[in-house]
Amino acid sequence: MSRKSKTIKTDFLARVEGEGAMLVKIKDGALEDVQLKIYEPPRFFEAFLRGRGFTEAPDITARICGICPVAYQMSAVRAMEQACGVEVDGQLRALRRLLYCGEWIESHALHVFMLHLPDFLGYESAIEMAKDHRDLVQRALDLKRVGNEVMTVVGGREIHPVNVRVGGFYRSPRRSELQPLVEKLERARETALEAVRLTAGLDFPEYDYDYELVSLSASGEYPVDRGRLVSNRGLDIDVTEYPEHFVEEHVPWSNALHSQLRERGAYLVGPLARFVLNYELLSEGARAAAVEAGIGPDVRNPFRSIVVRSVEMVFAAEESLRLIAAYEQPDRPALEVVPRAGVGHGATEAPRGVLYHRYEIDAEGTILDATIVPPTSQNQKAIEDDLRGVVARYLDLPEPALALRCEQTIRNYDPCISCATHFLTLEVERS
Amino acid sequence: MIGVGNAWRGDDAAGLVVARRLRDRGVNAVAIDGEPVAIMDAWEGAEAVWVVDAVSSGAAPGAVHRVDVTEAELPHELTRTSSHAFGLAESIELARALGRMPARLVVYGIEGASFAAGVGLSPAVESAVGEVVAALREEVEMCTSRR
Repeated sequence: MSRKSKTIKTDFLARVEGEGAMLVKIKDGALEDVQLKIYEPPRFFEAFLRGRGFTEAPDITARICGICPVAYQMSAVRAMEQACGVEVDGQLRALRRLLYCGEWIESHALHVFMLHLPDFLGYESAIEMAKDHRDLVQRALDLKRVGNEVMTVVGGREIHPVNVRVGGFYRSPRRSELQPLVEKLERARETALEAVRLTAGLDFPEYDYDYELVSLSASGEYPVDRGRLVSNRGLDIDVTEYPEHFVEEHVPWSNALHSQLRERGAYLVGPLARFVLNYELLSEGARAAAVEAGIGPDVRNPFRSIVVRSVEMVFAAEESLRLIAAYEQPDRPALEVVPRAGVGHGATEAPRGVLYHRYEIDAEGTILDATIVPPTSQNQKAIEDDLRGVVARYLDLPEPALALRCEQTIRNYDPCISCATHFLTLEVERS
Repeated sequence: MIGVGNAWRGDDAAGLVVARRLRDRGVNAVAIDGEPVAIMDAWEGAEAVWVVDAVSSGAAPGAVHRVDVTEAELPHELTRTSSHAFGLAESIELARALGRMPARLVVYGIEGASFAAGVGLSPAVESAVGEVVAALREEVEMCTSRR
């Protein structure tokens, strides 16, 4: 194949959540430009939160995403509670963590099996894959459903749960309501362990990148619903310091703002970052599965994120079982939260990575200002860096294979374009 | 009978309304929001299944499409392709791949006029709903009386 100039262009990226495109320009056999184009229309959530009550934020922001609504609810309630000087702890916090684990299972199962695995096994879609791997896809659907059931029992329904409020929940489940989940979660753990073995055996493109990895970090526990923001390059800050260290900027080819570290630029959030920075804190079974799969805290190949997500599914199932075993129904389903004028910050680990919310409210609790930074916004620069790296390495691949490799690279991030659009299609231009 | 739709998006509720009316007339009918696994679960164990959903194919509002998908795929003009959303056509093909199809599966598509936020069917769709309820009662009757 000649080293000419060309453009690889995918106008509608498939198997990602939302509408986006990709453009790769190659000139005289060298990579000239890479753009991840997010053209999903702007959502305007931050604007229409202004003037609404502080208690409305969890239900309004949940509507940003049908796959990770719990993440939005959790970051919103954390921010509002901080603004009002309330800390939700004990069993109420345990319930939040359980609800969040349900979302991790549901979201990771969808991405690992239905969106990402077809890339590795050479299928155009999960439906094509299901024709040859009927049992695998059926078990994947069963696994996803267990996540949904956790969300239904704790959150009131599986998509856009209705039971979450600032201060806690509208109603706390009885022990007996959580009990039927135990057997299902034990089966989910088995399926997740099989997923780790299956994905560990896949062929991975050779590509490592020295990312700045950012995740939450809390003492003694794998990060889900709270923690400080840390990185492998020395970042260690309270969530309230987020605006001083991170900045969002608009680029003309994307409706999603690009986020970067003020001092060092691109960084990566999500399963890979969480896994590397909190490896020692994984549940016992999850860490054993990682060891068996041959991945440890030195993993930097983004294609292996499919293995990491599978390990996190094992973690989420085990953590759910632990939380249920220790559950005692709290006396009250929620703490009273009295509004006061001020600013609150909340960051939690959405399945795709850190989700940051900041609100300014007045003494009556009316929202004066809102900032929401979803994980896909934060990962856009890292995705583009990866595309540059992957294209440079695989420049000589024939066109369809190169385009597919690029799409696979983007899917490593499980990008949620609808969330990030404040965004995906692939173009490779060789001129 | 399975009615698929969103009760809060105008004519998208057409399938839900058909399900409610058939249930009132003693038909085993359920209303669901279209989540693919939920659709497969809903027809688990049933021999003959009718699915009713609103469609937007460019035909006149209230137009009724009837497609037997037991063997054939749902035609592309009745389904909106999306790079990320899993629609009725994909749910049916996934079920086919997984060997989870009922012995007979028929889809009724009711052409909607408006899918804007809000409750209530437009007049053309309201009348099509009546038409589909009558047609389905007849089909179900024929199917069950043969046994």
